[in-house]
Amino acid sequence: MATDVKANVIEGSLTPNALKSDVALKLLKKTGRGVGGFFLSFAIIFIIIALWEAFPRFGWIDPFLLPPFSEVLGNTLNLFKTGEFFKHFNVSVVRIVTGFFGGLCLAIPLGVFMGWFKTFEEYVNPLVEACRNSSVLTLYPIFILLFGIGEKAKISIIMWGTVWVVLLNTISGVKNVDPVLIKSARSMGMRDWSLLWKVILPAATPSIITGVRLGAANSILILIAAEMIGSNAGLGYMIFYYEARYAIPEMYGGVVFLAIMGLAVNEALFRLEKRLTSWHEKSIYFGT
Amino acid sequence: MDSTTDSATNAARQTTKIEVRDIQKIYRVKKENGGGYDDFVVLKDVNLDVYAGEFLTLVGPSGCGKSTMLDLLAGLIPNSGGEIRIDGRVITGPAMDRGFVMQAYALFPWLTVQANVEFGLTIKKVPKTERRAISGHYLELVGLTNFANRYPHELSGGMKQRVAIARALAFDPEVLLMDEPFAALDAQTRETLQDELLELWEKTGKTIVFVTHAIDEAVYLADRIAVMGTNPGRITELVNIKLNRPRQGSRGSAEFGWIRHKIWQYLQPEEAVKENFPVVGAADVAEVIDSQATL
Ligand SMILES: Nc1ncnc2c1ncn2[C@@H]1O[C@H](COP(=O)(O)OP(=O)(O)OP(=O)(O)O)[C@@H](O)[C@H]1O
Ligand SMILES: [Mg+2]
Repeated sequence: MATDVKANVIEGSLTPNALKSDVALKLLKKTGRGVGGFFLSFAIIFIIIALWEAFPRFGWIDPFLLPPFSEVLGNTLNLFKTGEFFKHFNVSVVRIVTGFFGGLCLAIPLGVFMGWFKTFEEYVNPLVEACRNSSVLTLYPIFILLFGIGEKAKISIIMWGTVWVVLLNTISGVKNVDPVLIKSARSMGMRDWSLLWKVILPAATPSIITGVRLGAANSILILIAAEMIGSNAGLGYMIFYYEARYAIPEMYGGVVFLAIMGLAVNEALFRLEKRLTSWHEKSIYFGT
Repeated sequence: MDSTTDSATNAARQTTKIEVRDIQKIYRVKKENGGGYDDFVVLKDVNLDVYAGEFLTLVGPSGCGKSTMLDLLAGLIPNSGGEIRIDGRVITGPAMDRGFVMQAYALFPWLTVQANVEFGLTIKKVPKTERRAISGHYLELVGLTNFANRYPHELSGGMKQRVAIARALAFDPEVLLMDEPFAALDAQTRETLQDELLELWEKTGKTIVFVTHAIDEAVYLADRIAVMGTNPGRITELVNIKLNRPRQGSRGSAEFGWIRHKIWQYLQPEEAVKENFPVVGAADVAEVIDSQATL
């Protein structure tokens, strides 16, 4: 093209520089977290463990209330060896996976539908808001009443804790798809289902994933609480059980394990989010 | 006015691509005070012929219904009366015989530049290898071959609009509808893209309907300018622009200035023009503009 020279001058001089600074920014962030940040968080963990070991050992705190870290670790490893731990772990995993994924399977399609048919959503929105804002655990007695003390009640309360937050995020994601994108796809003759699959869903993905992350955090919390209230197996029950038996190191082992599990789930979902929404401007400028 | 500015010989020589017949567009709007609805007439009895291969620009004051007109041509909104025919067939909705480019670039942010360009082709179910070849071709035409795997947020405004144009061209529509595509760009980039667009137009022979509120742009690009008036929206003048092409560097010329001034005059509210300028009759103006072109 004859005008290419001019085009290149303009785009060439401005844009690649802007792009370069983007890349630099990204690198800066990566290294900032990668070397310094990594080292720092390890140091902090190490210090906490050291203090945990020192406080009970030097009698600054009652070793019965807080046993030294080494003892907690030893007793917990023993639980792993006897298989006691995995018995509870498996039960919990089945509950949370069924409840959480069941919730997703319900909430995402329903949310897409409700976001698409806005009038319907307007009518039921107050109800959804009310459900989301009602404290889940106060409802647990009702769930037990309806479903009995067994698995059904636990799984359904986890579902409950997942559904509303995912539903609301899905609705808002679908509702807030840039109309210009829809117009553009429609101008190419795209309609109905393919519009939904190829435009609405991808555009709503960041918002849906946020809902999924919040839902996951919720369901771990609810799982543990539900297992503490009426149960004879599961990680929540296990922690409660050891506390009642004054097996304090084992109790701490369970607590620490749950914290690590929560972190791992969150990290996994965070990576999934990053992968699925790498096109999103925000993931570069405001990514955590 | 049609018959005078748009000379009969012209119409006879060229085949008509788009026929707009008595188009009306009415919106029901809530009444300002209290309940009930009012009919708000956006477009009234619009008639227009767009010739095959022609570059027509549509200018008019803000809110006169330019975008509405273009949406109707694209088949994105239903009309309230009249009909639009393309190659003699009445349009019933959007279709791939028309490509659409808007001011907001409207690229799909989750797709790479290449996938964006191929979007229409995937709708058409064109096989992958063929798709690659086509998108490669159009990316080359808009000078973005090296950006094929970038995401839209990594591009400048000018580049985004190039991608949008490539996307609209890729499925090979015969008509390109453009709604203020360069309005969000800085002056230099806009002029570059205008030249690039003209070149693409010459290479591909598309029929282009281009909406703009910038008189300069309208004159620079057009074979013909349709001037619209407000309340209700209608076409008030059709002006042939016979400046020689290519037009690079013509912006500063006397003819250009003269035409621009005339279009500007057409765009003034009628009373204001009567008071302040001795109005030349439409026919005379057309003559002047036509004769200007022969200079
Ligand atoms: N969905 C709608 N409902 C009611 N009125 C509408 C709707 N869309 C557009 N209008 C009205 O139609 C008129 C024309 O709008 P349009 O967007 O076509 O103007 P325009 O000429 O493109 O203006 P601009 O140069 O500012 O883009 C405006 O008065 C606008 O308020
Ligand atoms: Mg407009």
